[in-house]
Amino acid sequence: MSMTDTKSGGPKYVPKRNWWVTLAYLAVAGYVAYVLSLFDVSGERLAAGLGHGADFIARMIPPNFERYNLLIEGLLESLQIAVIATTAGVILSLPIGFLAARNLMPAWVTWPARAIIVACRSFHPVIVAILFVKAVGFGALAGTLALVVASIGFIAKLFAEAIEEISLKQIEAIRATGAPFASVITFGVLPQVMGRFIGFTSYQLDSNLRNSTMVGIVGAGGIGGTLFAAFQRFDYDFVAAILISIIAVIMVAEGINNVMRKLYR
Amino acid sequence: MTQSAARQDLHAGPQSSRALVINNLVKEYTPGKPVLSGISLEIEAKDITAIIGPSGTGKSTLIRCINRLVDPTGGDILFMDQNLATLGGRSLRNARRHIGMVFQEYNLLERLSVMENVLSGRLGYVSPIRAWLRKFSSEDIDKAFDLLEQVGMSQFADQRADALSGGQRQRVAIARALMQSPNILLADEPTSSLDPKTSVEILELMTEQARKRHIPVMINIHDVSLAKRFADRIVGMSAGKVIFDGPPDQLENDHLKAIYGGEDWLT
Repeated sequence: MSMTDTKSGGPKYVPKRNWWVTLAYLAVAGYVAYVLSLFDVSGERLAAGLGHGADFIARMIPPNFERYNLLIEGLLESLQIAVIATTAGVILSLPIGFLAARNLMPAWVTWPARAIIVACRSFHPVIVAILFVKAVGFGALAGTLALVVASIGFIAKLFAEAIEEISLKQIEAIRATGAPFASVITFGVLPQVMGRFIGFTSYQLDSNLRNSTMVGIVGAGGIGGTLFAAFQRFDYDFVAAILISIIAVIMVAEGINNVMRKLYR
Repeated sequence: MTQSAARQDLHAGPQSSRALVINNLVKEYTPGKPVLSGISLEIEAKDITAIIGPSGTGKSTLIRCINRLVDPTGGDILFMDQNLATLGGRSLRNARRHIGMVFQEYNLLERLSVMENVLSGRLGYVSPIRAWLRKFSSEDIDKAFDLLEQVGMSQFADQRADALSGGQRQRVAIARALMQSPNILLADEPTSSLDPKTSVEILELMTEQARKRHIPVMINIHDVSLAKRFADRIVGMSAGKVIFDGPPDQLENDHLKAIYGGEDWLT
């Protein structure tokens, strides 16, 4: 490029507009506007809602811990559901995750494994819980099974992805020693993914703990059933007690999680 | 040397089982475009052989065909009375146990200790369960400590491999390869990730340890002066073919021109 070119500004850089993307943005904006127009949101309704909310909160104070044995019983059941579901889920997820890792397994193995994972992920735990309540009846077993399914959908997928991101150099070195496949896994693969596995597991325990308080609403055991009953009887002070207890349990679990992650870094 | 001659050699003495014969080795990653077009080499049961040549000429592929990290398209690789090119499954794994390998980027198990890395050289002999539980035999553990001592890394036995410098890692990698008690040692650009001083130290260590144990060594290396300094024999490759094969003092500038092309870089 010559000097004169530079002085006159030279060729200007004009970013090319992608008309399809622009069109897509406009379409989304249009749809959002249409959906909002369907909602009957008025100032009147919002004001009334705020009033109801204030009334509701007023009736929650002070929280009523008188029926603490019911509360503790429900919480313990939720905790059991979460712990058993996470343990069983992780144990089942390990082999499924390995089979789904495309860098270790041939396509005819990864496809069925991935199909299982997708099937487990497809439905929300509450929907799965309804199915299991129909299958095995009311109670903690249904909730546990529902959360096992949810755990597989989540952990097996993350396991597979973690394995697909490992360095193949270490595997190559272990293969070069003449090691059998199982030893290639325990020396070449596991050390590379163990830290992340622990992370996923503790995250899933946390998630199962929260979900286990919810599956009770459909009769699948745990504190959720107690909570739902209290709502329906307008025992809002007891509802507040349950909610506070759940928050406390989740916070304790969070603390334990942090300690675990530090230990296995 | 023909195949039958190689066989004869195998029974000549204890060390001759360490000889390697490559016959007309061909490797094509894409059909019709050979990376190795008919390599024939005899590696004697001793000696350091350096393979020099420009990048992308198939040096690495040649080395990796020997322990079958890469599967050759055609040809024979005769070693310890077997054709490595046709082995599979258990017999391939058993053959690999006798072939040590050192890599350009060390390929250590980063999150495991130096000791576990050295012991991993025995994985071909230890059952997966015992390996998982780290139940290596006391001879193996004694040997690992001894090797760490010899490569100057004994004070790092409990450190994690990812805490080591490049030179230290390659020392551990050499100990891991020697842990196999190999009958041949393959080294794929072992010094390319190291500074010049460390490179010399690593090559000194590797060649000294190999000579002491009468292990033949095949080293891929692109540094011609290092190759001349440490090897007993130099094989020059270009475009998938061997175009020089002889002792270092016979390697002239004309040969280097033929191997690498051009001549400006020689001055």
